[in-house]
Formats: sequence, structure tokens, C-alpha cells
Amino acid sequence: MIFFVVMPVLFGFANYLIPLMIGARDMAFPRLNAFSFWMTAFGGLLLYFSLVGANGLYGAGNAPDVGWFAYAPLTSSTFSLGHSTDFWTLALLVSGFGSIGTAINIVATVLCVRCPGMTLAKMPLFAWLNLVMAGLVILAVSPLTAAQIMLLVDRYLGGHFFDTQAGGSAVIWMHFFWIFGHPEVYVLVLPAFAFASEIIPVFSRKPIFGYPVMVGATVAIGFISMSVWAHHMFTVGMGANVNTFFVISTMAIAVPTGIKIFNWLATMWGGKIEFTTPMLFCVGFLFQFLVAGLTGVMMSAAPFDWQLGNSYFVVAHFHYVIVGGILFCLFGAFYYWFPKMSGKMYSEALGKLHFWLFLIGFHLTFDFMHIPGLLGMPRRIYTYEPGRGWDTWNLIVTIGVFFQAAGILVFLGNLLWSYYRGRSAGNDPWDAWTRMVHQFPAPCI
Amino acid sequence: MNATSTTLAPPQLDWKLPERGRVGMYALIAAEAAIFTIFVVAYLFYIGKSLSGPLPSEVLSPPIFYTVCLLSSSLTIHFAGRSLQGGNVRSFGAWWLLTIVLAALFLYGTASEWHRLIYKEGLTITTNLFGTTYYSLVGLHGFHVVMGLLAMTTVMVFTIVGALKQEHVERIDVLSLYWHFVDAVWIVVFTVVYVIGR
Repeated sequence: MIFFVVMPVLFGFANYLIPLMIGARDMAFPRLNAFSFWMTAFGGLLLYFSLVGANGLYGAGNAPDVGWFAYAPLTSSTFSLGHSTDFWTLALLVSGFGSIGTAINIVATVLCVRCPGMTLAKMPLFAWLNLVMAGLVILAVSPLTAAQIMLLVDRYLGGHFFDTQAGGSAVIWMHFFWIFGHPEVYVLVLPAFAFASEIIPVFSRKPIFGYPVMVGATVAIGFISMSVWAHHMFTVGMGANVNTFFVISTMAIAVPTGIKIFNWLATMWGGKIEFTTPMLFCVGFLFQFLVAGLTGVMMSAAPFDWQLGNSYFVVAHFHYVIVGGILFCLFGAFYYWFPKMSGKMYSEALGKLHFWLFLIGFHLTFDFMHIPGLLGMPRRIYTYEPGRGWDTWNLIVTIGVFFQAAGILVFLGNLLWSYYRGRSAGNDPWDAWTRMVHQFPAPCI
Repeated sequence: MNATSTTLAPPQLDWKLPERGRVGMYALIAAEAAIFTIFVVAYLFYIGKSLSGPLPSEVLSPPIFYTVCLLSSSLTIHFAGRSLQGGNVRSFGAWWLLTIVLAALFLYGTASEWHRLIYKEGLTITTNLFGTTYYSLVGLHGFHVVMGLLAMTTVMVFTIVGALKQEHVERIDVLSLYWHFVDAVWIVVFTVVYVIGR
């Protein structure tokens, strides 16, 4: 879902909005844009093909079954006899080229095709945040590409990069993967911050508080995020000194992130708040992302992580970030820009219904998921015996899913119906002061 | 609020943004640098850790001549660009051809070294950690040389048929940037493999 749902949607929004916001006709490299999209699409097709294609191991399909992090030596040709690892590697390699291509495009667009008079200091925060995100993609997805090439060398050319029998190291795969894997989550969250930074000011009827500090904090997050990766490896035995470094760097990244939360709150403070659907989702994001960040800081303490690593506490934490933080902002963004994209207004009543259904469902599922984690439920098990004390909590988690599903059905129905039958939205449906986007008539496609 | 008025940039506004080709190439170079860094880190980490087989000090000999060829090609590509900027397409063509020849020589050097290592010394990618990391790192670099060579050959064809003009100098400069990067990577690879690793 990270690679083929969230990233494509975020890149799509960037593709659509950045040129509009900086007064450009298109991205800097339109053909590279198309190439990058199709690379992502082919990567996705390759991945989904794995469910039905190639001769499966023991008669089953060949879908990747090595975890999203594909640890060595499970992925070596000795232990992964089928092609599941290869589908993982190739699908991500191909779509990774697409991601890097789009990132190069975003950097060139923001730096080179701004309209006259739009200095970097006057650029919308959306463009800044996507610029930093693109820089992170360039520096972080490339190590994954390198590691995947090494894995292919091991599996098909008889190499020994991760072959412990030959003196190689399985831990070095972990380092290479997480050097990608941690900045990746900032790649996911920075565009979500960008949405919030556009939506919250409009519905507080106040400009964003502390624009320069927001830019500075974003750049700081970009840099620090490249130095925290081994907090995913506290249980591997890197030694106290190395662990301590990563404890400190992980705690440090909470600081600029917290500054941003304070700035969003300060934007709302003293403003005239309008609780439209996008604003509801962004307020939900503020609270939930804060909680998610707090559970993250808890786990940044290595001894705490030793107890709770690989438990459902971790699963609850990162779903809280991605669903409670990123997805909420994404819903807000869909509602906020749908009138611009389609020229039609969506049903506000249905939008609010979606919000409340999803909010209840999200909290039923992911609040309560922390508890089995604390009680010791591990990740990646397909069943467990009753009487461990996890049963009721997991039942509540499941009930929450039905509410979320209902909310999403309402969302899809709303957008579909409004696209064809909604009332006309005009160029400036929110009476925002975003002049650059307004001058283009809706539907703006 | 209506936004029907258009605003023109004030005539005295000096608006000069960097060229998108250059910025795009720098971004690509950053991505490639990250990829090479991972391979270099793996190489350095695995120095001395092979359990068996030929050691670097036993079988490696620094390819000085071919390195000089590759690094000189950076110089010749620079002269090519300057010739084109001055409008001299013939001179550009000559320097460009020389660049291609030097790059091809470098590739020949790598190929002959690999032939010797495989058939005389018995070092392959599967032999030991040294073999795996050596062929991967030098091979990745060689792959990038091949890509650059293909691009340069395309430009050569355009030059021969007369389609290349002075106005294309910006694009030639962007391609030269890539080539300088490839040379810079070789300096790092050479140092890591033939100096530090031996």
C-alpha cells in the first residue's frame, strides 16, 4: 500500500498542484513525467501479477512473502526457492525508477519554472514540502535500488553480498534497507503536511503561522530523517554506543515535527474556524499525528523497543501515523481540491458522514490495537490460542474496520455522484486567497 | 473576490532561474551518487572478510593507462563543449570523437582486466566476497560508462549528419556533466579498490 497506493496518490497531487501553485504550464519534464508514471504502473502490474503468475512454491502463488523489508538470508536463493522475492525486487526496482524520475521532475519544476516574481520565499508551503520530499526520494530510494541490485546479484549470479556462509552479512541488508525505509516514511508524511498547511489556514481564515520556521523545520526533518534508520534495528545487537546514537537522533527528529504542530495550532488560534469536511479531517490529523508521534518517541527508547519491537504496538504506531495522520490529510485534500479538479461541489453532508464513520472506525481499530501489543502479541502470526487476553481487543479492532469501510464507501459514492450531478463550484469554491490557483477556471484538468 | 485582472511582471524585474536541464542532471547525479555510495560502503565493509580465494593484493594491478584515458576524456569533452560554444562544429566533432575513443579504450581496459582475472586468476563474482563486491562495483561503473558512450555516440551521429548546431551547446553541457560525474566516480572506485583495498 505504501508503494502502490500512497506514493502514487501523493505524486499525483504534486503533479497536479505544483505547476498550478507556481504559475507554470506543466512540470519541467513532461515526457519524464509520463515515463515515471508508466514505470510505477508497470511495477504495480508486475506485483499484482505475482498473485497468479509463475509456478508457485508448493502450488501456491508467488506473491511476495518475505515481509516488506525482505530481510536476508530469507531472500537468498537457498531459502526462497520460488519467485516471490524476485517479484518483490523487480516490482519495486521498476517503480523505484518511476519515483526517482518524478522526484527529479519535482526538483527541476520547483527550482526552474516558477513564474516571474515568485521567489522561493513567496512560494506556497505545498511547493516547499514537496521539494524536500523529492530530495528525500532522490537520496533514499536510490539505496534501495542499490540493495535490490545486490540481492539480484546474490540470487542469480551467485554473489555473496548477504551470504553469511561466505562471510557476508545479513545485517548489512538491514542497514541498506532501513537507510531507505526510514526516510521513506517522511516521503509519505511531508506531502500530508503540505495538505494540512494549505487547508488549515483557509478554514481558520488566517495565514499560516510562522512560514519561515515551517520551511526550516521541514528542511531539518529532511536532514535528520536520514540519520535515524537503525532505530528499526535496536534488537539486532549493534552495541550500546551505536544504539545510543540512534536513540538520540530519533528523539531529535520529534523537535522540528513538534514545532510544525505548534505552528498549525497557532494558525488556528484566534482564527474563525469553519468545520468543513477538509478541515474536520485536518483537525483529526493534528490530534492523531501527535499521538502517533508520541508512541514513536516511546519506542525510540531502545529498552522500550526491546520489549515492544515486532509486537502489535509497532503496528498500531505506524498505522496511527499512516492512517490517522497521512490518510486523514489525504481525505481532506481530496475534498478540498475536488471542486477545483472537477468543477463540481461534493455533498457536504455525505462528507461529514464519511468523516465521523471513519473517525469512529479508526479509533476503534487503532487505539485498541496498542493493547494486545503491550500484552505481548507478536506481528506476523496467522493465529494464536485463546486465553492469552488478546481476543476481545482484537474483536474490537475488527469491528472498527467495518466502520472504516462504510466511511470509504460513502466517500467513493459522494465523489462519483458529485462528479456527475454536483452543483457547479466556480473557480474559488472556498473563498481562499490562493490567487495563483484561482486564475485557472475549474474544471482544471 | 474576483481575479479577472492579469498582472504583468514589472519590466525591471530581473528573473533568472537556473536551467531545468542542468538542475535535472544534478538531481540525477545525486541519485546515482547515492547508489554508488551503497556499493562503495559494501566494498569497504567487506575488505579483508573473504573466507577464501584470491586476495586483492595477489591479483589486482592498478589500470593506470586506462584511468588516464578516462580522466583525459573529461578534458576532451570540456574542449568539445567550448568549441561548440564558439560556433566551431568541426572542432567540436573532433574533440567529441576523441572523447568517445578514450571512453571505448577504458572499456576495453576493463574488459581485458576482467578476462585476465577470470581466466588466469580464477576470480569470478561467485568466488568470494572480494569477487562479488569487485565485479559489482566496477561493473556498475562500467555500465554507466556504456550508457554515457551510447549517448555520446548518438550525438556523434547527429553531428555527422549535420543536425548539431551551436544552439545545442546547453544540452551538450548537460551531457558533459553526466560524463564528469562518471569520471569522478571512477576516481572514488579506483581509490577504494586499487589503493585502499589492496
